[in-house]
Amino acid sequence: MTQAPAGPAATAAPLDLEEWQPVISGTPLLEVRDLHVEFRTRDGVANAINGVTFYLNAGETLAILGESGSGKSVSAQAIMGIIDSPPGFITKGQLLFQGNDLLKMGPEERRKIRGRRIAMIFQDALSALNPVFTVGYQLAEMYRVHRGMSKADAKKGAIELMDRVRIPLAKERVNDYPHQFSGGMRQRVMIAMAMSLDPDIIIADEPTTALDVTVQAQVMELLAELQAEAQMGLILITHDLGVVADVADRIAVMYAGRIVEQAPIYDIYARPAHPYTEGLLQSIPRLDLKGQDLFAIKGLPPNLMHIPPGCAFNPRCPYSRDICREEVPKLYRVNADRASACYFWKEVIDGAPKR
Amino acid sequence: MPPSAEHIMEVKDLVKHFPLTQGIVFKKVIGAVKAVDGVTFELRRGETLGIVGESGCGKSTLAKLLMCLERPTSGQALFKGQDIYALRGSKFKAMRRNIQIILQDPYSSLNPRMTVGDIIGEPFEIHPEVAPKGDRRRKVQDLLDVVGLNPEYINRYPHQFSGGQRQRIGIARGLALRPEVIICDEPVSALDVSVQAQVVNLLEALQNEFDLSYIFIGHDLSVVRHIADRVGVMYLGKIVEIGTDEQIYERPTHPYTQALLSAVPVPDPVGREERTRIILQGDVPSPANPPSGCRFRTRCWKAQDICAEQVPELVVRSGTDHPSACHFAEEREIVHVREA
Repeated sequence: MTQAPAGPAATAAPLDLEEWQPVISGTPLLEVRDLHVEFRTRDGVANAINGVTFYLNAGETLAILGESGSGKSVSAQAIMGIIDSPPGFITKGQLLFQGNDLLKMGPEERRKIRGRRIAMIFQDALSALNPVFTVGYQLAEMYRVHRGMSKADAKKGAIELMDRVRIPLAKERVNDYPHQFSGGMRQRVMIAMAMSLDPDIIIADEPTTALDVTVQAQVMELLAELQAEAQMGLILITHDLGVVADVADRIAVMYAGRIVEQAPIYDIYARPAHPYTEGLLQSIPRLDLKGQDLFAIKGLPPNLMHIPPGCAFNPRCPYSRDICREEVPKLYRVNADRASACYFWKEVIDGAPKR
Repeated sequence: MPPSAEHIMEVKDLVKHFPLTQGIVFKKVIGAVKAVDGVTFELRRGETLGIVGESGCGKSTLAKLLMCLERPTSGQALFKGQDIYALRGSKFKAMRRNIQIILQDPYSSLNPRMTVGDIIGEPFEIHPEVAPKGDRRRKVQDLLDVVGLNPEYINRYPHQFSGGQRQRIGIARGLALRPEVIICDEPVSALDVSVQAQVVNLLEALQNEFDLSYIFIGHDLSVVRHIADRVGVMYLGKIVEIGTDEQIYERPTHPYTQALLSAVPVPDPVGREERTRIILQGDVPSPANPPSGCRFRTRCWKAQDICAEQVPELVVRSGTDHPSACHFAEEREIVHVREA
């Protein structure tokens, strides 16, 4: 266990901070260690991910919560190995899938895992599906390419998949094109495609953001059922605090390319341990605050090319002090399965008056 | 400011059908998309009327109608007692000054080739009586200040701003002519959570400062509840239930409202296993071919024969305290917003 950063700069840092080490029994399904991703653009280097660490067990739902630009989608793309390179580069870190580092594998090995063992559901189903092929053809493609099935067998498989995600009249609709499906049905097709090869992990990147609430409820229910059935690990990437509260077991909150808080779901909603999480929860409109101003986190998320020194959240944080502007906080231990990247998490969790 | 009894706008049985045509040379009308199909409500001075509904329910068409960007197929919209679709010439121009809109997407609703000063000042070109030529720059800077942007940004371009700041520019443009009614068409749904609250607060502060009446269209039910005094729920071109925010959220009587409220994920995991959720089957039917009778009946668990035969009126029924367009309207408690 390391001590909190001390020295002349640590004017006000509490000394009893312990760095968090995840307590993992056995080999987790997926472990991400100290991942760094940067995008080298013409205008400069954007540090999209600056040291992200988390793990996922089988049958578990981990929610990654963050605003646009927080690095949540880039994390998913890094795990899938679909970052456009250049401009994107994974500069550091490990991605352990069942104990094997994905980053040390060759493209051939990686391809065997992508789609088969780790699958992804994209946000916008309409642009993720190819408009000039039928839905059945695109689903069957999974079987033809990965399993070498014959055309007829693959098509049969596609119909079964569509039944499995409860698309009505699957037999008749298998020859329809994506534009003939509604938004909710298209997202079901995406789910079917991800499920087709019985993966161990599904990464769902904002799967319901483009959908209406009544359809969102249908899709989330379906996803939860399929996950329970197959005991998959699910990484749910979202910005919606409501969806997270509904389905997640654990949650990782991201801000400016770092995880700022990681905790079991009930703990974090009861008492956030990071000022950013606290601010997010407080900015939800609540019944008893009608007619008053909403709590708003002041300022704007940082530009990833110029992340403020120290804690990236410090310019917007009501708790910030000198130390926050000087040194980047590590993930400190709150308890065995909870961590916060804030020097003053104790004040936050106790709800101490803000400065 | 508490809403007064005076109705600043009255919408009466507004209908907008978009014709569906076939053929190129000999065009014939083969049907119509019934985007807005008989909407009636009134807006009181100083109040916020929320309109909620899913995509395709006609809420944006309604906004366009009220802005006179579309002409209705039939029906009226009275602004201070005058039908806005009957006005011509200078009276029409004067009326349009008083009804402004804030659009949803702050990325596509600002011209990327115009500076912020030109964008906000453009309304003054059309209505020069509001600001004399020499005075415009100062007026624009005042507006920037009012919406919480640095007045020195007047020569910048939209791409130099973040989403929340762009939405503030859109709000400043809406305010430029000092309108009395502002139609907010999903003004915060494109913004990040932490920025949403800032814009909602700004809208509320401006309402008090300038005595504005808002029609606030949204699909985020908790935001609408926070800002609205009254709420109307739309489904397939019709208002199915309307009432105060408390009536709609605490005592919803229309099955669609109940399903909509129960589908909203509650940002609190406590008790999530026990929560009952009404999950609707299927999708919204096509507005080109809506179901007969009650339009919700194809997805409704209460539907009976009468629902297919008779269109339910939007009236107060026995045992309820606000208008609901359901033959079998009854109150049902839906846990929705996170309690303190």
